[in-house]
Amino acid sequence: MEETEATENGPAGKPRTPLGRRLLLWAPLGLALGGGVGFWAMLRGMRDGSYDPRGVPSALIGKPVPAFALPAVQGLNTPGFGPESLVAGGPVLLNFWASWCVPCVVEHPQLMALQRRGVKLFGVNYKDKPADAARFLAQHGNPFGALVADAEGRVGIDYGLYGVPETYLLDGRGIVRWRWAGPMMPDTVSAELEPLLRRYA
Amino acid sequence: MRAALFAMLLVPGLALAVGRPAEMLPDPAAEARAQEIGRELRCMVCQNQSIEDSEADLARDLRRLVRERVAAGEPSEKVIEGIHARYGDFVLLRPPLNWVTAPLWALPVLVLGAAGLALFLMRRRSAVRGGPAPLTEAERARLTALENDS
Repeated sequence: MEETEATENGPAGKPRTPLGRRLLLWAPLGLALGGGVGFWAMLRGMRDGSYDPRGVPSALIGKPVPAFALPAVQGLNTPGFGPESLVAGGPVLLNFWASWCVPCVVEHPQLMALQRRGVKLFGVNYKDKPADAARFLAQHGNPFGALVADAEGRVGIDYGLYGVPETYLLDGRGIVRWRWAGPMMPDTVSAELEPLLRRYA
Repeated sequence: MRAALFAMLLVPGLALAVGRPAEMLPDPAAEARAQEIGRELRCMVCQNQSIEDSEADLARDLRRLVRERVAAGEPSEKVIEGIHARYGDFVLLRPPLNWVTAPLWALPVLVLGAAGLALFLMRRRSAVRGGPAPLTEAERARLTALENDS
């Protein structure tokens, strides 16, 4: 009897009430549950594309497009372009692609559809051979209003590119507003790109 | 043949240089500086290797870019700064301290602090509780009786 009295004396020496003891027992289970829910949300996001663990935000968002001077792709009738044509007013899509890139084939129908709808679409042919690029466009169609060749990949580095395809949306004043790494799928266009095209039109 | 390959593996510098000696700068001091810079930069394709360790195309392009700048005499910080401006914080293998990365840097301090606090509270609790209560008169008498018995 006296023993229990001694432990109850100190301010921090209070024995745990039955409720506190039970809460402490449930704490690990609660932590595991919280972790499980978080993990499940992550996996679900990865499946529907809203969460990409490898995704890295572009450092260029909100900044002016890097300057560049690149030649047009040889053997094609499509004209080249310089940075000045990206600030001519109205949104411009800048698409980095290559004939050797498989996801670019997947993305191509979306580019064709955008071009048919009158979206200003400029292309950068990344580390490609002009003949291969021409063959690719002859086979899949040419959606680009203007096209330049970045044979060395230097301009790609200036844009912070880490693979093809990659697409940048520039507003009429040449500020980068959006970047999509990887192929744009139909739902990318409808869910992400279209609202932005309307906003910067 | 096998022994020769094995011997090559034992020399790390040799194993690294094999495959891309043409990439290296002729000046060893400049090459060392370029490698030092490259080890600070993440390969954006493989994401867990530096551009010095990676064989990805983009990593090779960045190595070349770094070597060009080094050969031009640009200071190391400026070379890193230039690539940081294009690829963002993620390209730096040592993340800079800013508002976005603050939780990352603060986490070890917070965890250590919490552990220290928990330890302190537990010690105080046991200190306050003290030892067992002193024996009562009756108990003491019983104890001496037991001791005398044996």
